[in-house]
Formats: sequence, structure tokens, C-alpha cells
Amino acid sequence: MAINPDLQGRVYPPAEVYDVAREKIREFARAVKAEHSAHFDVDAAAALGYTDLVAPPSFAIIVAQRADAQLIADPESGIDFSRVVHAEQRFTHHRPIVAGDRLTAELHVDQVRAMGGGAMITTRAEISSESGEKVATTTSSILVRGEGQ
Amino acid sequence: MAAQSAAVPVFDALETGLEIGRREIAVTRSDLVKYAGASGDFNPIHWNNDFAVAVELPGVIAHGMFTMGAAVQLVVDWAGDPGRVVDYQTRFTKPVPVADTTGTDEPGAVLEVVGTIGAIDAEARTARVDLAVTNAGQRVLMKAQAVVRLA
Repeated sequence: MAINPDLQGRVYPPAEVYDVAREKIREFARAVKAEHSAHFDVDAAAALGYTDLVAPPSFAIIVAQRADAQLIADPESGIDFSRVVHAEQRFTHHRPIVAGDRLTAELHVDQVRAMGGGAMITTRAEISSESGEKVATTTSSILVRGEGQ
Repeated sequence: MAAQSAAVPVFDALETGLEIGRREIAVTRSDLVKYAGASGDFNPIHWNNDFAVAVELPGVIAHGMFTMGAAVQLVVDWAGDPGRVVDYQTRFTKPVPVADTTGTDEPGAVLEVVGTIGAIDAEARTARVDLAVTNAGQRVLMKAQAVVRLA
């Protein structure tokens, strides 16, 4: 099934709230081999001026990929997840993510380009706190490989 | 957990081309399973060899986001505060195949990371660290850049 070119410009509104938990920050930090104490020790994070554990710089991918999942699962998108390769990623932090944050993501499909038998899709997740404060903007480009790509 | 260096880089002492550090990151299949669980990205190309081969990949490959997330730790430790990394981007140019070395002490792949100051913004008090990330001599990330705010 081909990628639906009409996806471009589509916006998926914030779905469920993502609760940033201490143990998830610790688990994610270990998974990316992070060793900074501000990911693990509340006192160390407090010494740097944070209210709680600080998330690693790429932690927002959890929230962004949950938002992306709405697009991938959308029967109208035509995306075969098994043929998805991550091509580009960017994180812009308006402020650090800390444990206790309650985050939502609004997903924007910024670009859909046909490439060979597949397509390059660029999405942007605007991540905010529940109260509407901007926390992070993430941009992902995924290549959906066509057959033989 | 490593001891933290209290030293924050001195902004005025930075110059373009300065190397901030380098490190090797050993990667195993177990690391990919851990990353899958921690991130929620359960695409089987990162843990099932038959599946990866069936979709025309060389075999199980690391999550691009694993490589991106692990590579920036050099910058976090140099900056002394994870919250100083205000922007981080990359392109994923080559997959990182991870051999199955389960039951041995051998890594399935080894990433080499070198960080260099690529640009300095005196007004914003930010430094851009450019990361060269290679696996078996090949660049796997391109334009891997982390912007660090040094107040």
C-alpha cells in the first residue's frame, strides 16, 4: 500500500497525558548508558536547582513516538511499521523535563515526500505541560522503505 | 554511577575545533532489548534477526535513538548538567548492526564518539558540540550537533 500524500498538514491533537516518573527517568538513563547523577539521585538534581530528577536529552522521544504511533496506526496512512527506518531526529528543549511533569503532545505531519517506492515523512511533536507551558519540540523524519529499498 | 566533575566548562575559554572528549560505547543485543523496553520502541528489527533479514536489513540493528541517546552522554558529562543541552539533532546515515554475542563478554558492536566544539554563539552563551560517531570506522550519524547553554 502506498503512503497517503494527503497526510501532509494533518494534525493529531494531544491524546493521553504522559506522567514522567522517577523510575522511568532512571530506566531510560540506564538504557542510553547515562551516568550523570541528576538522572538518578534527587539530591544531586536539587543541587543543580531542579525540583526532581532530570530526564536525559533524548527522553522526549518516548512522548514523541507515542504521538507518532497515532499516525502509524491510522489506517489511512498506509505506513508499514516494519519498513520504517529513522532518518533524522531533533530535540529542542524549551526547558528540561523533570520527574513529576505531566506532558501532552500535539503531532503535526509537516512533510510527506515520495522516495523511490517509499516515502519520507517528517513529523513534529509540540510537547507541553498540562497547563500549556511549552516544554519541547521534537522533529522526526522516517523513511518508509518501498520493496527492494 | 560515575562521580560527577563539579567543573562547568568556562565559556570564554572555548574555541572552535577544541575537542571536549571521546569515548567508546560497547553495545550488545541485551542493550537493545533494554532500550526497547525503556523507550517503548518494540520494532522487531531491533531484536529479531529473522525478522530483520526478512525486511532486507543486514540483521538486527541498533535503534537510531539508542545511538543518538548514548552518544550525547559525552556532552552531558562535559556540560555538568543534562539540562544544559538545549538542542540536539542528527541524521541517521548507516545502520549499526549488532552481532549476537549472548553468553560471552564480547560486545556486538562498538561505537566511537568524539566531540568537538563546532560553533560558539557569544550572545546566546551557547556552544555547539559536533559529535563524530563511528562504528567499525564508518560514520553512523551525520550532522550530530548538541547545543549547550553555558550561562
